[in-house]
Amino acid sequence: MTRPLVAIRSVSKTFGEFQALKQVSLDVSAGEVLCLIGASGSGKTTLLRCINQLTPVDSGGIWLDGELLGVREQGGRLHRLTERQIARQRLKTGMVFQRFNLFPHKTAIENITEGPVQVQGRSRDDARTEAMELLRRVGLTAKADAYPAQLSGGQQQRVAIARALAMKPMLMLFDEPTSALDPELVGEVLSVMKELAQSGMTMMVVTHELGFAREVADRVVYMDHGAIVESGFSRDVLGAPREARTRAFLSAVI
Amino acid sequence: MSNSAPLAGGFLDLSKLPVARQAHWRRWIAAAAILAALAAIGRAFANGQIEWSYVSRFLTARVILEGIVNTMVMAVLAMALGIVLGVVVAIMRLSPNPVLKSVAAGYTWLFRGTPLILQLLLWFNIALVFPTIGIPGLWSARAVDVMTPFLSALLGLGINQGAYTSEVMRAGMLSVDAGQYEAAKAIGMGRLRALRRIVLPQAMRVVIPPLGNEFIGMVKATSLASVIQYPELLHSAENIYYANSRVIELLIVAGLWYLLVVSILTPLQMLLERRFARGFSQIAR
Repeated sequence: MTRPLVAIRSVSKTFGEFQALKQVSLDVSAGEVLCLIGASGSGKTTLLRCINQLTPVDSGGIWLDGELLGVREQGGRLHRLTERQIARQRLKTGMVFQRFNLFPHKTAIENITEGPVQVQGRSRDDARTEAMELLRRVGLTAKADAYPAQLSGGQQQRVAIARALAMKPMLMLFDEPTSALDPELVGEVLSVMKELAQSGMTMMVVTHELGFAREVADRVVYMDHGAIVESGFSRDVLGAPREARTRAFLSAVI
Repeated sequence: MSNSAPLAGGFLDLSKLPVARQAHWRRWIAAAAILAALAAIGRAFANGQIEWSYVSRFLTARVILEGIVNTMVMAVLAMALGIVLGVVVAIMRLSPNPVLKSVAAGYTWLFRGTPLILQLLLWFNIALVFPTIGIPGLWSARAVDVMTPFLSALLGLGINQGAYTSEVMRAGMLSVDAGQYEAAKAIGMGRLRALRRIVLPQAMRVVIPPLGNEFIGMVKATSLASVIQYPELLHSAENIYYANSRVIELLIVAGLWYLLVVSILTPLQMLLERRFARGFSQIAR
């Protein structure tokens, strides 16, 4: 069996009194599309943020492409990585936020080229050419010079996906990418994500869109109270859940 | 349904009736009272002991013009120093390093907590504390020679301004959504690059109106530098009236110049605001 792209081992995270993650372990293979479902507060977003190191873990470890994230073992002790090293590790992941978080003072194409030019030091022309290709992929070539405020929520989220892809990540993280959208705009974002999944991108998606999970995900993980309750092939978890809690959640959602 | 048809239920058809003008007699009385008061004040000044010919003669006097140039030079330089210090101190204030944080807070506390005129006098008289200043082994000079009125005023006004500007900048940076820092981090930016490329440009939009206010304050605060012999506008006016005793006339001359400068600055600020509102025009107008 090949080494998983993401290996999460006994990760715990506490915010004050609230234990967001309890000893979570999970593997994600390259090319896999994994959907994380569960009620709000179940820890799925926190898990995603830990992988991108927007939230540091309290204990346990996350390996991405064989590299331990955030800390380094030396002489039997763990040493925190510097901000610069963490920033470098982050380049392997792309993050799509619930509230898009586009840079409002930059146009769509400037949002996409910002990372490649400023962080990766690529030439402006190359970055622009690639950004146009990404905009074509998300169906927004005509909106290259529009500011985020001139775009609909669905369009903003598609630009945000293009922005994350511009960094050429090996793993894409989606944190409830359609939760802030008007219902009629959800479809356009999901279809971009579906196309991305079919292109072979490894994706971890926190979502309430069970239809998307059923159709696109290879595997579904159901979380509750900071722990993984059930995980497996999407048709099994969504179609024939073994755990009572999963069944209760699914019947409440549908 | 045609227009002439009577409305159902016997209600009057209002669509044909003209709207009568309202008689705003209270407004007329209030306006008349205020105009009368203004006229009385104007008449008092016209008949008062002011030699208006002196005002017009000294309005463009060479010393006065040099004074306004010195005022503007000092205001611009001190504001520039204040903004640089303000940005640095605001970033220190928001840094995770506790030492940087408390030094920044201490700076704001010290320079906001003492009168500006006292700070100007301190800088000007710093030679009493340090007779010679310099870098050991490289360069040294007598403090009296270094601390000219110009340098004392620049340091006094600029460092004081920095304390105020840092709070304006901090407010601006806090106004930027936390999601923007996260998005910047997510594309691999470090803290300082995220501040420079993402957060500060957005903060500028919020910060320019209060900074414009601060700059107008600065133009007028330069007049305090007259106490340390910096030849700005008020100092020039004073020098003239010490000689010719036309105190009020020269104060009016200085006042008119300050008003003119501030009147020019206001549209300039609007241009700047428009520049930094890029991308926001649809939502914030």
